[in-house]
Amino acid sequence: MTINLLLAITMLLNFMLVATSRLNKAIQLAATQGAVLALILLLMHEHWAFHVVLMALSTVAIKSVLIPIMLSRAQARLKVIQEPPPYIGYTLSILLSALGTGLAFLLARQLPLQAGVLGTLFVPASLTTLFTGFLIMTTRRRALTQVVGYLVLENGVYLFSLLLVKNMPLMVETGVLLDLVVGIFVMGIVINHIQQAFDSQDTHRLAHLRD
Amino acid sequence: MYLALINLPLLAALVVWFMKPGIRRARVLPVIGSLHLALVILALTTTYRLRPDAWFRLDPLGGWILLVVSVLFILCAFYAPAYLALRPERDYAVFGVCMLGFLSMASLTAASRHPGVLWVGMEAMTLVTTPLIYYNHNKRSLEATWKFLMIGSVGLALALLGTFFIAYAADLGGLGEPLYFDRLIAKGSAMPANWLKAGFVLILVGYGTKMGLAPLHTWKPDAYGETPGIVGTLLAGGVTSCAFLALVRMYSVVAAAGQGEFARGLLVAMGLLSMAWALVFMVRQHDLRRLLAYSSVEHVGILAFGLGIGGAATRFALFHVGANAMVKIVLFLASGNIVRSYSSHGVQEISGAIRRVPVSGWLFLMGFVAITCSPPFAPFVAIFGISTAAIQSGHLVAGAAFLVLLGGLFVAMGSVVLPVLLGVPSHTRTRTPYRDTFGTTAPAAVALLLALVFGLWLPRPLDALLTRAAALAEGRP
Repeated sequence: MTINLLLAITMLLNFMLVATSRLNKAIQLAATQGAVLALILLLMHEHWAFHVVLMALSTVAIKSVLIPIMLSRAQARLKVIQEPPPYIGYTLSILLSALGTGLAFLLARQLPLQAGVLGTLFVPASLTTLFTGFLIMTTRRRALTQVVGYLVLENGVYLFSLLLVKNMPLMVETGVLLDLVVGIFVMGIVINHIQQAFDSQDTHRLAHLRD
Repeated sequence: MYLALINLPLLAALVVWFMKPGIRRARVLPVIGSLHLALVILALTTTYRLRPDAWFRLDPLGGWILLVVSVLFILCAFYAPAYLALRPERDYAVFGVCMLGFLSMASLTAASRHPGVLWVGMEAMTLVTTPLIYYNHNKRSLEATWKFLMIGSVGLALALLGTFFIAYAADLGGLGEPLYFDRLIAKGSAMPANWLKAGFVLILVGYGTKMGLAPLHTWKPDAYGETPGIVGTLLAGGVTSCAFLALVRMYSVVAAAGQGEFARGLLVAMGLLSMAWALVFMVRQHDLRRLLAYSSVEHVGILAFGLGIGGAATRFALFHVGANAMVKIVLFLASGNIVRSYSSHGVQEISGAIRRVPVSGWLFLMGFVAITCSPPFAPFVAIFGISTAAIQSGHLVAGAAFLVLLGGLFVAMGSVVLPVLLGVPSHTRTRTPYRDTFGTTAPAAVALLLALVFGLWLPRPLDALLTRAAALAEGRP
């Protein structure tokens, strides 16, 4: 039951992420979501095996500490805190994510889980988090906010991978952590270049290439 | 043996990184390319016992794709020193390291027996090709790099989720680690259908993004438009082939578990959509490189379509991976030379290329004839086989749409390409000191020759390899 409560909190954080217009708040929310995921991982296992604890610790270290600090630092170098208006307004974004949540629940009914976790919200929570990340990445204009969107999207994939930790630990750990660390690391480098080249991170200026 | 395929380019990358600056860094590439190709051929021709728990194995399917990529790499590698000599202002270290890193990751992808390792290979390939797209270090290439990275990362995240879905299906079906493809194919019949279907949709979207299937291709015109021709070759012939292999591997699992019908329907739809999309954007295209990008969208569409028709068409789709890669080498390298001579890739600024740079101009013209699937080149054999199989297996509407689209694409591409090549070069146009040399044209000529030879005659060992690869692709043991 606690797990379902935490999964519901993850979904609530999704709505807050879509609604916020401030970058530093979005970073905090994504970091909180990462910590909630690590908590779910620990609660799923009665006996804390070494690799489970290690995975939970590295999740917190990367998702809640390392990447948020990196993003905050990049943000501190900017003068403006307010996000430029997104391509889709905040109200419409919230409506869209409500719609996405409904669809995720419908889809999840077609995908029954194993006996031990039957009736939990893993699949809808994972799909809505994925959708939220996608929404943020496509509708926000600043490069840093898009990276936060990618972080949330990854949280969605991670959430589902928790179901596989017990039986297929190797695949999960290599896949998820590699993706996150290296992906965001490279994005950080590119953001640095964008900032130097354009003196701004508004990806709206990255709009010279078109047909 | 198989580890050598992966490690040799990695070691070479390390060597290149620590070498003294200079053109010698680029000369490592042809050496390693030749060694790699020799290793691939050796691995394909010798059979020896392998531990059942080995992580890497080059089966006929992976072997065929890696053979194509290795030939593509070696031709690019021989082009590289001549090209880089024209760009003395650039640092060769990052270029060499990333090229070799690409080769290593392509080997990893081709030889992996596990869906997770396959995904790691694709992810790492995206990361090593990112600096190559930023090669020109200007604002436009930065924009292309950002789009490539963001769209590619989303695609790979979806592919990872799809892989997890399939793994969960295997778990529900009573299969534990290690999830080797051959085990999944042999024992996967108990996997629940809904999880497989959902997983395949995610994988099609995910790896389809890396392949550049419409409507997930939006990074492609930008990335191809802003990179040197040699990097475009690597992307259009190498990365897309590896992404197609990843898609085929997962398809074979889904098909063996009895969900082939569902997957094939999606593949046919995506294939035709890609071709139609390419047609719309090719008409009156104003940029030569972007035109080639849409041509690439078209040809990955043909690959998906062929796989979706199934049966005899699968074999021709796999053959088309090689045919497409060879012709893409011709087109990208020759267009690179033309663009260099005119210092522009806008089609309004280029005319009479055949007169100004005759060798590159003729190569590009022949490449255009080949890529629009005209005989006697290899792509013609592929599309002839695919369309025959489509009509024989009762896909009359899809087969007809396929042929109509191909005809439209021929006209659309021709109307852009022919004015560029023919006519009289105007004296008011920019003229750089670039002249065709042996080094910048010979690799493209060799690739054109290969496309011609394979259009007329396929050696028996390759024929057998393709037949076995097609059986694996359909999930038949």
